[in-house]
Amino acid sequence: MNLTLKVWRQKNTNDKGKFETYKAENISPDMSFLEMFDVVNERLIVEGKEPIAFDHDCREGICGSCSMYINGRPHGPNNGVTTCQLHMRSFKDGDIIVVEPWRSAAFPVIKDLAVDRSSFDRIQAAGGFVSVNTGNAQDANNLPIPKNDADESFAAAACIGCGACVAACKNSSAMLFVGAKVTQFALLPQGKPEATQRVLAMVNQMDAEGFGSCTNTGACSAECPKEISLSVIARMNREYLSAQLFAE
Amino acid sequence: MSKLDSKIPEGPIDQKWTKYKSTIPLVNPANKRHLEVIVVGSGLAGSSAAATLAEMGYSVKVFCFQDSARRAHSIAAQGGINAAKNYQNDGDSVYRLFYDTIKGGDYRAREGNVHRLAEVSGSIIDQCVAQGVPFAREYGGLLSNRSFGGTQVQRTFYAAGQTGQQLLLGAYSGLNRQIGLGNVKMYARHEMLDIVNIDGKCRGIIARDLVTGKLERHFGHAVLLCTGGYGNVFYLSTNAMGSNVTAAWKAHKRGAMFANPCYTQIHPTCIPVSGDHQSKLTLMSESLRNDGRIWVPKKKEDVEAIRAGKKKGSDIPEEDRDYYLERRYPAFGNLVPRDVASRASKERCDAGYGVNKTGEAVYLDFASNMKYKYGKQVATLKGIANPTEAQLTEFGKEVVKEKYGNLFDMYKQITGEDPYEIPMMIYPAVHYTMGGLWVDYNLMTNIEGLYALGEANFSDHGANRLGASALMQGLADGYFVIPYTIGAYLSKEIGTKAIPTDKEEFAKTEQEVQDRINKFFAIKGTKSVDYFHKRLGKIMWEKCGMARNKEGLEWAIAEIQKIREEFWKDVRVPGEANEFNPELEKANRVADFIELGELMCKDALNRNESCGGHFREEFQTEEGEAMRDDENYKYVAAWEMKEVGNWELHKEDLIYENIKIAQRSYK
Repeated sequence: MNLTLKVWRQKNTNDKGKFETYKAENISPDMSFLEMFDVVNERLIVEGKEPIAFDHDCREGICGSCSMYINGRPHGPNNGVTTCQLHMRSFKDGDIIVVEPWRSAAFPVIKDLAVDRSSFDRIQAAGGFVSVNTGNAQDANNLPIPKNDADESFAAAACIGCGACVAACKNSSAMLFVGAKVTQFALLPQGKPEATQRVLAMVNQMDAEGFGSCTNTGACSAECPKEISLSVIARMNREYLSAQLFAE
Repeated sequence: MSKLDSKIPEGPIDQKWTKYKSTIPLVNPANKRHLEVIVVGSGLAGSSAAATLAEMGYSVKVFCFQDSARRAHSIAAQGGINAAKNYQNDGDSVYRLFYDTIKGGDYRAREGNVHRLAEVSGSIIDQCVAQGVPFAREYGGLLSNRSFGGTQVQRTFYAAGQTGQQLLLGAYSGLNRQIGLGNVKMYARHEMLDIVNIDGKCRGIIARDLVTGKLERHFGHAVLLCTGGYGNVFYLSTNAMGSNVTAAWKAHKRGAMFANPCYTQIHPTCIPVSGDHQSKLTLMSESLRNDGRIWVPKKKEDVEAIRAGKKKGSDIPEEDRDYYLERRYPAFGNLVPRDVASRASKERCDAGYGVNKTGEAVYLDFASNMKYKYGKQVATLKGIANPTEAQLTEFGKEVVKEKYGNLFDMYKQITGEDPYEIPMMIYPAVHYTMGGLWVDYNLMTNIEGLYALGEANFSDHGANRLGASALMQGLADGYFVIPYTIGAYLSKEIGTKAIPTDKEEFAKTEQEVQDRINKFFAIKGTKSVDYFHKRLGKIMWEKCGMARNKEGLEWAIAEIQKIREEFWKDVRVPGEANEFNPELEKANRVADFIELGELMCKDALNRNESCGGHFREEFQTEEGEAMRDDENYKYVAAWEMKEVGNWELHKEDLIYENIKIAQRSYK
């Protein structure tokens, strides 16, 4: 396959940035999208040009590093798939592919397609945990948890923190991400005593980071590579409302 | 021998740890605040150690090269974590886990360390559940288990095919709590590029801020390397693209010994290579071997027809299939350890029975369990007495989906084929490295104050790691071992004030790091870093992979030396040092891989026996099994670097007081 890429190039956070056009030639349909980028970069390096910078690591859809906005959709045309698991057989010979970084004020561009998502870590540090020190745990089976609750909690915990939800949202809202973490704990008995503080602290931090509000469009869930359900936002709102009512 | 004191405590094996633990000197809370600990790497070992040490009151700094601690490669572990809980009442015990691990490692691991690992395994599960890790559960609300290779009990806890993710997010949440409390300072997008030794003790690191390119000096009373394994020396492996040996290698170059570098785990069930463009390989969890049966056709004409696209795997009748693991190892069947399963696949493919175009693939088939095990179960539950074949398939599919759904989806994404319909194709790939920095019972390297945890050390898995034991070891080291053993060292350091980083040793080490970076840019060669990495990887895979021999290893050593020379003459690193520059990061890592590759081959050449993942063709039984030489090689090979390309071997004898060593048999 031969393709034309229009890629966002930006030297650093302060640079204005612009699109550059590249040819990707002799691409095998079995390549992943990132392997196609490897081919383009290899050529740029040999030609003495700067390769395109992008975040990636595990290349099996679980680390959440890769973050490309492809033809107007986070992680490209397929549902439930990260960029690294997107394969070139999803494109046609001669396609023009536009690639941008995540666009959100809370995710400043570091270089080209790599953005700073440390705001997500700060939200987690605000309350995304159960306050239990190592060595204090009771026997694991002393705490039976209904299978359905455990499964639903797991489905929320499957979030990989890639930020596609924010990139997909017209308001740059991070509520799917925060809702997923809140939901994971809300469904479990562990950490119940601090549920009130947790949701308030995480939502406050989310607001402080400059993420927008939710207007129930649902683009976040539709574009989420792990298909996190929109219901996590509803659950977070419920937790938040009740926390506000009962907070001291 | 004085250089290698393993410091295994005296006494009966089941009392060593309990007794030792209660005699390690303590550090009082007021002193802990003044003691600084640097943790490099934020995977299971790093995050759990950092969170626990911070909870105890130490001042902790954590470094990781990823943009967030949550992205360390532990996140990708799929199948599960072992623990001797005996929840299934199937005869499991601490001793049995200990025994299975020593045997699985082909009698090349330390008894003392492994027993401790088995002892603390249960507490890990308790700790993770308390953190809110959503493990798989039964309808009664209790935890579910499954089997892994090399064992005959069900002791593996799991969260679908994403156990590593859930455990890491648990450890990461503990770490975040300490970050929020101000007890841990987190440095993401920072890569450690050297350690700083002062008066024979490790006192800090030089790290590069990967966004600005600036070199930084950090002091620590102790430094913990939790930086994972070095499988990427093979270029293609199941490791993440960024996984590297650099931190461990820098420590090695500053005096830390590197133990058993040639012990590499080749995992039997990975998605086969599809072409030259391949950048990494993807694992299909060992848990699939619970329900999948591995086979190739018995007849060559069927193989030909499959390769030509005229037949599919599902067209081959039962009697024409060779379930070679069940045939060769009736007692363990498809659940033999990884090294055994991998070699058996290679044997069939080398004999010409590989089922894809490259001839390097075997089938992993779920059809029979899907239909006749799960399908029947569901039919019975539903009260359907005579289910049709289609019903059985449909019911079974639902169960398999719940157990392994994400793995099946991933397989389909990568290969474009639906494993619910046609058998998966798999082939062995590099997955884990049992070798690593030599450590004593306290997890301290031979440099005082420098520790290695998790995959980065060598101590627990011998020559072959059992499935679901990597997560166990990472978390055991971080949650339950280092928090105690570090006291033995830090209790003596309470009088040491923080050393200012303008001290000569810091300045000198930083300058050396800077010089190397400058050197990369000065070469202005014609070849990319990947070009050299691929060449190295190919040599390693062919000559130091699943099968090795003297001639091949000698050839590889000479070739690798040539690659090293060429690399430093002709590599091209674009861009600048003072910016975000992924090519510079790669160059740094590949330069170290090249040096490591040579040592791996030398270690493999030195070990004139076959054991676990190390298979020397000259040393095998008549049936093609690994043949150990306990008389001459029952030792840990710890290598001290004299200069690049020149090492001195130190031996630590392995002593078995509790387990009778025997020819490993899974028949």
